[in-house]
Amino acid sequence: MRDIKCQLLVIGAGPGGYVCAIRAGQLGLDTVIVEAEKPGGTCLNVGCIPSKALIHAADEFAKASAFAAGGTPLGIHAGEARIDYPKTAEWKDGIVRRLTNGVSGLLKKAGVKHVDGWARFRDGKTVHVDTPTGPQTVTADHIVIATGSTPIELPGLPFGGAVLSSTGALALTEIPQKLAVVGAGYIGLELGTAFAKLGSQVSVLEAMERILPAYDEELTRPVKKRLEALGVRVLTGVKAERHSASAGTLSYTDGGQSGTVPADAVLVTVGRAPATKGWGLEELDLTMDGRFIAVDDQCRTSMRGVHAIGDVTGEPMLAHRAMAQGEMVAEIVAGKRRAWDRHCVPAVCFTDPEIVTAGLSPQEATAAGLDVRSASFPLQANGRAMTIERDDGFVRIVARDDNHLVVGVQAVGAQISELASYFAHAIEMGARLEDVAQTVHAHPTLGEAFQEAALRTLGHALHI
Amino acid sequence: MGQHVIKMPDVGEGIAEAELVEWHVKVGDPVAEDMVLAAVMTDKATVEIPSPVEGTVAWLGGEVGEQISVGAPLLKIEVAGDGNDDAAAAPKPAAPQAEDEDEPAAPARPTADGAETTANRQPDDDAAQDAPVAPRERPDTPAPPAGKAARDRRLPAQTRKEGDKPLAAPAVRLRAREAGVDLRFVRGSGPAGRITHEDLDLHLEAGDRPGAVAARAPDNRVTDFKVVGLRRRIAEKMQVAKSRIPHITYVEEVEMDALEDLRAALNTRKRDDQTRLTVLPFLLLAMVKAIREQPGLNALYDDEAGVVHQHGGVHVGIATQTRNGLVVPVVRHAETLDLWACAAEIARLAEAARNGTATREELSGSTITITSLGALGGIATTPVINHPEVAIVGVNKMQVRPVWDGAQFLPAKMMNLSSSFDHRIIDGWEAAVFVQRIKTLLETPASIFIED
Repeated sequence: MRDIKCQLLVIGAGPGGYVCAIRAGQLGLDTVIVEAEKPGGTCLNVGCIPSKALIHAADEFAKASAFAAGGTPLGIHAGEARIDYPKTAEWKDGIVRRLTNGVSGLLKKAGVKHVDGWARFRDGKTVHVDTPTGPQTVTADHIVIATGSTPIELPGLPFGGAVLSSTGALALTEIPQKLAVVGAGYIGLELGTAFAKLGSQVSVLEAMERILPAYDEELTRPVKKRLEALGVRVLTGVKAERHSASAGTLSYTDGGQSGTVPADAVLVTVGRAPATKGWGLEELDLTMDGRFIAVDDQCRTSMRGVHAIGDVTGEPMLAHRAMAQGEMVAEIVAGKRRAWDRHCVPAVCFTDPEIVTAGLSPQEATAAGLDVRSASFPLQANGRAMTIERDDGFVRIVARDDNHLVVGVQAVGAQISELASYFAHAIEMGARLEDVAQTVHAHPTLGEAFQEAALRTLGHALHI
Repeated sequence: MGQHVIKMPDVGEGIAEAELVEWHVKVGDPVAEDMVLAAVMTDKATVEIPSPVEGTVAWLGGEVGEQISVGAPLLKIEVAGDGNDDAAAAPKPAAPQAEDEDEPAAPARPTADGAETTANRQPDDDAAQDAPVAPRERPDTPAPPAGKAARDRRLPAQTRKEGDKPLAAPAVRLRAREAGVDLRFVRGSGPAGRITHEDLDLHLEAGDRPGAVAARAPDNRVTDFKVVGLRRRIAEKMQVAKSRIPHITYVEEVEMDALEDLRAALNTRKRDDQTRLTVLPFLLLAMVKAIREQPGLNALYDDEAGVVHQHGGVHVGIATQTRNGLVVPVVRHAETLDLWACAAEIARLAEAARNGTATREELSGSTITITSLGALGGIATTPVINHPEVAIVGVNKMQVRPVWDGAQFLPAKMMNLSSSFDHRIIDGWEAAVFVQRIKTLLETPASIFIED
């Protein structure tokens, strides 16, 4: 097969890689993207999108079940709720297909050449790809490493059989009767909650002292309450040990004591690790930053002409961060002056209720040496929250004490994820509390809670 | 801990209020005894307010530029032990005594005679005397709101602090990046120091662009200064003078060779304790002599009462440039002074005016004024009369010019006098006679010293 020469080679067609390739193609760069799986990466295939589809289906089923059980304050009654889970899975996969096909189309439209296969570096300019039709060599002026991340395994609970990664859980064709979730981070809680709503008996085991240990306790409290209401058993400060398929249990230790939880299936969600193996990183001898590839504010690695973007470069491992980096790198390679100067990368937990963070928490701001003031507004006092039957949660603002600059927003509430970009926009535009307070917020919406939180931080909230 | 209240001292006879022109301290500052806390200004004098106690500034009673009634609390100092502030224990209704004093005080204008009999007041004494008097603090205006108001006011104009990251919307950051501009060096005019597209435009126009000529870039900045203190006094005074007095300005040249020779001779022979002579003492004495013949020029015109107060004593104001602006210290009773005394007095007053130690009395009560821009050059000026006086004599630069002696041009040290007169009181003919008389006296300097 003839060697391919190009200006830009992107390794990995996840959100970071495909955005980088599309933008490079738009800018007229001769671009090649290598991907062994379907385009879209973890996010589209086995992450954000299918999990959100599953969460939606679970919510609808839970609603139907509640109507069937009767006694909802809405006065709605319905017949028995049933779920045809293979059909649900098919619907979910249909969405994934639509999106991955869409990405393929976009790459094509941008003139990006797609090489199907697993890439392996030979040197900083050359990559070998094992394609279904034979080995292929690609030489490029610039290479972007966008290999992403993979779920972390526990030594005692290797993936396979009844022990599932998030990918495995999303690929189930039937709902497990008894599910044990190991790791109460956002992935474990999102999927655990969904299966609980679909009828699974769910136990969550967390080694730390509380759920969602990456978030402050105030934010996680409504989620904890909801898990209890859903009948999810939450064990914190425990260590998962062994799964017994015959007994249908997962054993754990709690200090000196031990116990078991029922488990037909075990979902292990203890984090994700950068995908730094199997593609020849050792050939490049790049400077590392712990487990991650070290990059500067232009996503340049220690090797000239080699960039890295997305999960492989560090936290936060989020699709939208990778996309923004990918777009930036394409423009840098095309000769534009760019650098990473974003103030915040918002993050969403699609738990129930949802959690949104953008910028600094009060603790982080104080640790950064800022004098801040902070106040939150409870959704209990928000009309829209009441009308969707979900007034649990709040919106919190963190602002500098001296000039009222908004440096962080945290929120927890049903459907609050839709406000994430609004919060990020306020921070990115350099809004002060007064800017938020002086913006007319549409009534009745959840967004009013943001305005009220700003007013409360200024000392004159209206509706509390 | 107690509070010690310092009140606006009585800084001059019959003065009901004084303008606060400068704070030397802010809330929270530690102060030592005798440390200067503030400066206030009356008609002419600026008075410094020292601290009678040691402590920490707890409250400031006003903003620079505000008029503060005599006796009103000016600032409060947190002191160890009991203070003198018993306002909380016995709040008194606000009935500013100053307002009662206002009636008689208003028309009182310091005159030379009045000034002579007034003892030189020391602000230190006043502050000390005033302190124990029961304060007239209003209970409804406590200190904390003042602090909060100050902080809120500060917000809009505030720019980012040193070390803070530049704050700019993403589009501005992108444009800056593309233009190769480091936003850390761009001034942010927006709230909280946010850098706007306009700020970036200004920065680019100002020459950060490669190859741009900075000197030719338009500067669209407008800087606002509050007209307060001395500058406000000067502005008011000039406005009154120019709007009420129809000026006639008369310029004549004077040949100074004879006077310069005499001056040089006297300076060579002067004793160590004598002040070096400038042209001014000669001019002053020439004016005294000319005024003896034309006393109408040494007068104050009260145009509202329709009365001219013609003075016997010649009190000559010497317009003096100081760091803060124009002030006019006064050589009193120039008719009693000889040349050396005159020179000494002018030097002493100029020094006092410049270093701010001139007293209120030394800065008021003139009956005629001299203004000199001679050192800076300029062949003529149109001096503004020091209202309510009727005449002002301006000195221009002395320089060697060719003079026709009837047969040939000869070099001569020539100096112009530019003098203005209140044409309501002084006719052009009188003005001309006065200036010509001075010219004659200066050109024949011996005649200045000869009794008629």
